[in-house]
Amino acid sequence: MTILELTIFIWLGSLVAGFLGSLTGLGGGVVIVPLLALVFGVDIRYAIGASLVSVIATSSGAAAAYVKEGFSNIRIGMFLEMATTLGAFAGAALAARISTASISVIFGIVLIYSAYLSSRTQRDRLSDKPPDALATRLRMDASYPTPEGPKTYHVYAIPGGFSLMFMAGGLSGLLGIGSGAVKVIGMDQIMRIPFKVSTTTSNFMIGVTAAASAGIYLNRGYIDPGLAMPVMLGVLVGSLLGARILVGAKTRLLRIIFGGVILVLGIEMIFNGLTGRL
Amino acid sequence: MLHSKRAWTDEQMNRIISVLLRSGVVAAALVVLAGGIFYLIRYGATLPDYGVFRGEPAKLRSVSGILTDALSFHTRGVIQFGLLLLVATPVARVAFSIIAFALQRDLTYAIVTVIVLAVLLYSLAGGGL
Repeated sequence: MTILELTIFIWLGSLVAGFLGSLTGLGGGVVIVPLLALVFGVDIRYAIGASLVSVIATSSGAAAAYVKEGFSNIRIGMFLEMATTLGAFAGAALAARISTASISVIFGIVLIYSAYLSSRTQRDRLSDKPPDALATRLRMDASYPTPEGPKTYHVYAIPGGFSLMFMAGGLSGLLGIGSGAVKVIGMDQIMRIPFKVSTTTSNFMIGVTAAASAGIYLNRGYIDPGLAMPVMLGVLVGSLLGARILVGAKTRLLRIIFGGVILVLGIEMIFNGLTGRL
Repeated sequence: MLHSKRAWTDEQMNRIISVLLRSGVVAAALVVLAGGIFYLIRYGATLPDYGVFRGEPAKLRSVSGILTDALSFHTRGVIQFGLLLLVATPVARVAFSIIAFALQRDLTYAIVTVIVLAVLLYSLAGGGL
């Protein structure tokens, strides 16, 4: 296969990944690395570099819309970014020190966990406890738009959420993914932030988190322009299309199918890692 | 006009961040696309070799190297410059937030944001652990 043919196939694959990722809310980044490594035989380090770049593109593109609509909480985002960027920096540094086989296995576990998360229902886990002193001091309590008008919410358990964000950043830097799923768990389950605010604020943080490890990847030579080009353009176009259709689309069946694909990819990543093929 | 006021409201700040992010992504995508087209015209018929990791040449690994290569209109350098614009987009958003928080006299968040920017710049400058 020539570079032209491969570029077109990778562009199409990334387009579909970005489209399904944004339509199902699971993110396209998580399937890019297995797609490149398992299907196209790309070295996992190049795959991680290209995936990370595409994560910055989709998250910044989507964040632009959410921030304007007032869903994202910028104070929560900025505060937690201290944890995610440090985590990402540590994760990217670790990626260069452990074997590609171990990275594949960790990647597989994360994929299987994401598939499990996609099968669960999303609902707000708000708390009616009195406002948290630290959250009040950090001015994190806010409101967000709902069909019934602005709704206020309180933020709790900042230290717990902060620690989980460090882990989310670490996974992002180690695997070249956005790790939005872990960020959302930290915010909606631990910090009791409404689901819609959690997902949009997570999206807002993903670009900055990925930028922290992009520097290290770039310096290590993981980011190949010829490969990152079709991946970034494909995922970006795909996720924009997905976001257009998202409104009112019935995504339940799609989530199940996409979750199944992620599960299979996860098992294959672990198998290939353990048998030393990646 | 925004700058005639002493401080930005959160809504104004959100709007500027939104424009900043969107323009960054669009600019980066256009540069990558332009570089990509010329790259494919030039190297499209050759055989790829992504299965073996060699790492990029030194000139495509550092900010200064990429700028030099892109200015000489090497196609891979131009794409890499587009990718650098993309990485710079969230960094610019953080830098802007420092100014916005400072104008709001929100010292806590101005410091928080400076810490985040420091980590980002340290990473981009090639610092390691």
